[in-house]
Amino acid sequence: MNDLVGVYTIWLRDLIRFWRDKSRIIGSIAQPTLFLFVLGTGLSSGFSKAFGGARQGASILGGKDYITFMYPGIIGMTILFTSIFSAVSIIWDREFGFLKEVLVAPISRWSVAIGKALGGSTIAMIQGSIMLVFAPFVGVKLTPLIIVELFPLMFLIAFAMTSTGIVVAARMKSMEGFQVIMNFILMPMFFLSGAMFPLRGLPEWLDLLVKINPLSYGVDIMRYVVIGVNTYPVGRDLAVISAFSVVMIVLAVVQFGKQE
Amino acid sequence: MSDNGAIIHVREITKRFGDVEAVKGITFDVEKGELFGFLGPNGAGKTTTINILCTLLKPTSGTAVLNGFDVTAKPNDVRRSIGLVFQDPSLDDRLTAWENLQFHALVYGVPTEERLGRIENVLKMVELYERRNDAVKTFSGGMKRRLEIARGLLHYPKVLFLDEPTLGLDPQTRSHIWEYIHELKKREGTTVFLTTHYMDEAENCGRIAIIDHGKIVALDTPDNLKDKVGGDVITVKTDDDGAAKRLIEERYKLEAAVDPHGVSFKVKGGEEFIPSFVKDFERKILSISLRRPTLEDVFLSLTGRAIRDEESGAKDQMRVAAKAWTRRR
Ligand SMILES: Nc1ncnc2c1ncn2[C@@H]1O[C@H](COP(=O)(O)OP(=O)(O)OP(=O)(O)O)[C@@H](O)[C@H]1O
Ligand SMILES: [Mg+2]
Repeated sequence: MNDLVGVYTIWLRDLIRFWRDKSRIIGSIAQPTLFLFVLGTGLSSGFSKAFGGARQGASILGGKDYITFMYPGIIGMTILFTSIFSAVSIIWDREFGFLKEVLVAPISRWSVAIGKALGGSTIAMIQGSIMLVFAPFVGVKLTPLIIVELFPLMFLIAFAMTSTGIVVAARMKSMEGFQVIMNFILMPMFFLSGAMFPLRGLPEWLDLLVKINPLSYGVDIMRYVVIGVNTYPVGRDLAVISAFSVVMIVLAVVQFGKQE
Repeated sequence: MSDNGAIIHVREITKRFGDVEAVKGITFDVEKGELFGFLGPNGAGKTTTINILCTLLKPTSGTAVLNGFDVTAKPNDVRRSIGLVFQDPSLDDRLTAWENLQFHALVYGVPTEERLGRIENVLKMVELYERRNDAVKTFSGGMKRRLEIARGLLHYPKVLFLDEPTLGLDPQTRSHIWEYIHELKKREGTTVFLTTHYMDEAENCGRIAIIDHGKIVALDTPDNLKDKVGGDVITVKTDDDGAAKRLIEERYKLEAAVDPHGVSFKVKGGEEFIPSFVKDFERKILSISLRRPTLEDVFLSLTGRAIRDEESGAKDQMRVAAKAWTRRR
């Protein structure tokens, strides 16, 4: 019983902190927005020149403009970054001492880990939803059905990513660890997810890396829901991302429980 | 394991960090409802011991049982029994004072109907009620400290650990906080485990363990500890301190030490001693002072070092003699 209150309290704290930190909200939207409009617009016109006309060029992109094609990927990027940043706040909490207050509280370690995972997922889902306002500018028409499907989907992907972040950050003792996370987890996951390029016809080594990256399946199903384009069967997307969530949250709970 | 009413049993606890053995086999009991003090210099192992007792660290060897629960086997039950004020900062400074307390009350399961009243109470005790809706990052160091103490007192734990709780606070706030701790102790029967460098705070303790280099070197009531020092401390300043030292050593068979302040020595029944010394000493006496031994003296005599230089236990000092007290022959 008290553990459930613990989950709720940890979750609530993350939300309050998120809400209070307006610069963080803006910051974590600015980057994907920049990617979307600068890179998206630039590459869109580049593609259409290279392929001699927008229509042919778009065929590899499932008949869409590049900017439209990358839009779901950018939502995925927003979710990935927000999730990992939320999880990594554990390192900050350790550095600033608040983690001690949490760890001596009479709530179990698993409730802390779960509360943290849910908090990060909620925040990432909110951030992802903010990105939805750009839909009209990139040629995407959002229907109520799409939005209804999108919320749980964003939450699921965010949950998987936040749990991954917790697994890594749970026992990390220093801020330096943060750079490691950025360079060895965040960036590779993002670039190898197919957020920025189509997954068909990749060289074998890249195809393999993309396929072992669980985020690829998240981006794939997002793209299916938002613009109706996908590479893998939707069932497989869902299965992979769900299984990955379960594995990661279990690992997160175990890792978090081990710390002194 | 719960014999003789002790709420904390510690047996041969050691803690090793790599090459450093921070705690070297300590054993003690704390009685239910007792105010127990840990006194020792920096790096003695006080915080490490507390961290073991509150389940944040695992002991390298030895056992500790708190409220009937082994700290390594039943950490969750131990945590349910304790409250803590850490030595180092542990607030969320993005949250407001109120939110920090609210968080604490929730995770410690303070009953809903009491929550608001208790939060208000502790905030008023540390005089932060007016600032309750300000983010903690806008607080001064002392204000943050007060808030942490308020938080530790919020959930009426069985055992309350206070790791140098009032360091850096002004005397008025300190006495406020002590009033509240005494009241909580009386009303709720709380056991308090305290570390401090303030001698006057240590005087509040029922018993004190003096810890040095990871070992307990003495454990007793403050009065008994002071008696062991060997009486009152007298310092005389004369125009010939060498002669004074000789007299004290030869006539009274006491150990005396000379420093720029004069000749210091310890003697039982200091008040009676002074008149006879004044009669016996033939030269000019400039000043005589007598003070009761402090815990500082206890520490000094046990370890040969001062706990902290700036702490002189001023309240215990009692000047009995006027300056330039000239004796007519
Ligand atoms: N996490 C740690 N890793 C390595 N060494 C540690 C760690 N924590 C404490 N120590 C060492 O253990 C010894 C005891 O430290 P501790 O914090 O218990 O002292 P203390 O009595 O609380 O001192 P203070 O009065 O300064 O608070 C010190 O030598 C310290 O350097
Ligand atoms: Mg300490």
